[in-house]
Amino acid sequence: MKRVLLFLPLLVALVLGVLLFSGIGKDPTKLDSALVGKAVPEFALEDLHRPEVQLSRQVFQGEPRLLNVWGTWCPSCRDEHADLMWLAEDEGVPIVGLNYKDQRAKAKAWLERLGDPYSTNVYDPKGSLGFDLGVYGAPETFVIGADGTVLHRHVGVVNKQVWEETLRPLLNQAGGRY
Amino acid sequence: MTIVSLLSRFAPVWLAALLIVLALPAQAVVRDVYSFDTEEKQQRYQTMIIELRCPKCQNQNIADSNSPISEDMRDEVFQMMTSGASDVEIMDSLVGRFGEFIRYKPLVEKRTLLLWATPAISVFGGFLIVGGIVLRSRRNDQIDSELSAEERARVEKIMDGHSGKSDSQT
Repeated sequence: MKRVLLFLPLLVALVLGVLLFSGIGKDPTKLDSALVGKAVPEFALEDLHRPEVQLSRQVFQGEPRLLNVWGTWCPSCRDEHADLMWLAEDEGVPIVGLNYKDQRAKAKAWLERLGDPYSTNVYDPKGSLGFDLGVYGAPETFVIGADGTVLHRHVGVVNKQVWEETLRPLLNQAGGRY
Repeated sequence: MTIVSLLSRFAPVWLAALLIVLALPAQAVVRDVYSFDTEEKQQRYQTMIIELRCPKCQNQNIADSNSPISEDMRDEVFQMMTSGASDVEIMDSLVGRFGEFIRYKPLVEKRTLLLWATPAISVFGGFLIVGGIVLRSRRNDQIDSELSAEERARVEKIMDGHSGKSDSQT
């Protein structure tokens, strides 16, 4: 009995070691979206370029897409912009933009200057759709299925690595061909 | 001129700079104030925003945080409360958007069972260890006193012999 007890500290250390080791490299600021598996919330917002057009969640019907939350006030959005351009132009990925808590004139000027990677841009000056999506900091990129279901949320900058490792496989699983 | 004398010469400047730096955080706290029609609602609102965690600045509740998302969340709590929603409804609607993460008091469910049980487990474990130590020392005491008369005589003999020996050495 005593011999067995001698191994107790080793056992405790091993269990703790495995537990703590599994946490290494995880970024605690990246939270899974609460909406994964649910439909994109209902919304009625204007198109960024055409104020007379009302957009709803119908924009997500048909094929799997990315939904990118951005704003001209957000430095990291500037950072990922070139990669979004690459995704849209070279890879042909449809990206719906959610212009979050921004001003229309500024947003349009930004897209004119840097290029427009978005197939559609939803104008959300008050951040109401952003709030319903649980957006807590731009940029955030959602993978949306062909039926408008949220499949994944990526918090932070999108780059080639994120595309290859996360977004591309998810889009293809959802029926995309990229 | 040495560094020390330089420093002491400009001491008033240093002190002033330090005071300004220390005074800055006090100005940074600007709180939006919501007014409720009843004191009870005000209380509920306060309790609620203390129990909600900010998803952006993760170790703050939304009462303390002045990040934009916390402002939006406080606003939503206020709006829902004034339109008559219950605490549970407000909580569920926010958790539905931002996830279980924002609860400072997680629900008791399968996934969080170990978390909730940890204090009880450690207290129980502590009692077991202390109990074990006490029991063992008691048992040892009993074994010590359980010497037969024969053994006792032998011990005394040895002790006598030992003390005699050491006496002769001194």
